[in-house]
Amino acid sequence: MTDHLRMPRPISSRDIARWPRLTPLRFTVLVALGAVLIASIGEVAPGPDRLIGALPRMASLLDRMVPPETDPAFLGRMGLRLLETLQIALVGTVFGVLVSFPLAWLAAKHVSPLNAGRWISRGVISLFRTVPDLVWALFFVSAVGLGAIAGTLTIIVDTAGFCGRFFAEAMEESDPKSREALEAVGARRIDILFASVVPDCMPSFINTSLFALELAVRSSVVLGIVGAGGIGQELKSAFELFQYPKAATIILAIFVIVLLMERLTDWLRQKMG
Amino acid sequence: MVEACGLGKRFTTGPRVLNAIDFSARRGERIALVGSNGAGKSTFLRCLVGLVPFGDGTVEVLGQRFSEQPNRRQRVALRRRLGFVFQFHGLVGRTSALSNVVNGALGQGNGNHALAPERLRTDALDALAAVGLSDRALDRTDTLSGGQSQRVAIARALVHRPELVIADEPAASLDPVAGAEVMSVFHGLAEQRGATLIFTTHDLQHALDYSDRIVALAAGHVVLDSPTVHLRVSDLEAIYRD
Repeated sequence: MTDHLRMPRPISSRDIARWPRLTPLRFTVLVALGAVLIASIGEVAPGPDRLIGALPRMASLLDRMVPPETDPAFLGRMGLRLLETLQIALVGTVFGVLVSFPLAWLAAKHVSPLNAGRWISRGVISLFRTVPDLVWALFFVSAVGLGAIAGTLTIIVDTAGFCGRFFAEAMEESDPKSREALEAVGARRIDILFASVVPDCMPSFINTSLFALELAVRSSVVLGIVGAGGIGQELKSAFELFQYPKAATIILAIFVIVLLMERLTDWLRQKMG
Repeated sequence: MVEACGLGKRFTTGPRVLNAIDFSARRGERIALVGSNGAGKSTFLRCLVGLVPFGDGTVEVLGQRFSEQPNRRQRVALRRRLGFVFQFHGLVGRTSALSNVVNGALGQGNGNHALAPERLRTDALDALAAVGLSDRALDRTDTLSGGQSQRVAIARALVHRPELVIADEPAASLDPVAGAEVMSVFHGLAEQRGATLIFTTHDLQHALDYSDRIVALAAGHVVLDSPTVHLRVSDLEAIYRD
């Protein structure tokens, strides 16, 4: 007797369907989501007349930005601010990665030395990750005052949240067989971390850290808008004082810096992967 | 050296995998555990060393007596004196063969192997030489063949000169030639170092060639426990048919 004749019931079209069946519950959820989407579009999406009305104003703004400012004194000041932006991103990322590593270890299932206590570390990572960077920047500006230190603290917290989550996931997905083999020889959790989990996850750690650096450069550009140092402060001043050629130069400089950083991290990823 | 009395185990879902197993092994004995897939062999070995907890009965291994699971102190004392070889070697692929062998002594309180003492590095190189892999000591283990990887796993299990060596189908993932080679190296080293050996296998010839006693499990029960000299392949094949 062949195997298919022993099936518990005949095969129906549902058994081989590519799409999930539309149950009453799924239908209700889809209708509700559709209603929320349509209501939201009505509230916040720009209508065609509004968009058409804004086009002349956008064109006028762009016209006033050209030609970008090339005054050497301004370029020198902007260069220093750009350097400060990169310093905030680099220092914040390095310390953020250092903070995220123990947090990720404590949070990672099957790897953490904690059992039920893992939720504390998970909670801290979630808090760091879910609160937007501009909110953290406002918090640190209030706590330590205006300037680059507030920006660096913001990037540290932001990176710790981002890397904490992805490091923990990488640790959880590390080879369970090599972990079990070390457990069987009596290794402690911290020995297993450094002897098995870290070597296994190193490519993932490097990738995540480089992405975090990219994100930090983008974040540190805008942190100045709320007073947390970097080029963002110059950009804010330029717009507030209607100095659009200066704003154009800053935007172009940001574009070049972010692009260069992306190229650099891509190159590092290839070299270190 | 090893004694299990009435050992029973059930996973959260599914039927009982071990039913009132009585088992013992004397110092220096070499025991092969055989039985079809799902008979409970691997689970039994993991229960013996406390890698998985069990529900019923007691176990005494290397002087540590426990129910359910060894406590932290017992686990440390136990694992310092035993070596475990897994079917899928469980090596850390991105590190060298030497690092992996040094890892075998992590339970001895040496901590991070980057700071391993000279003596341990020498022992690890000796263990690699004993399995014929001195020339690959500094190669990453993800560049080694299946048979070479399993030999590194054996070196890792033996580096701290354990009194008891447990192996879960050490040759199952290998071709017949590499499998025979690994079993021969494994058995020779265990004998040379005076270790008690308990291994599971589906290769009945390996069971007959490398053991003093054969214990067969079926559906979580011991169905045969006999000196190897009294057995032939056909006797063991009957267990798989039943």
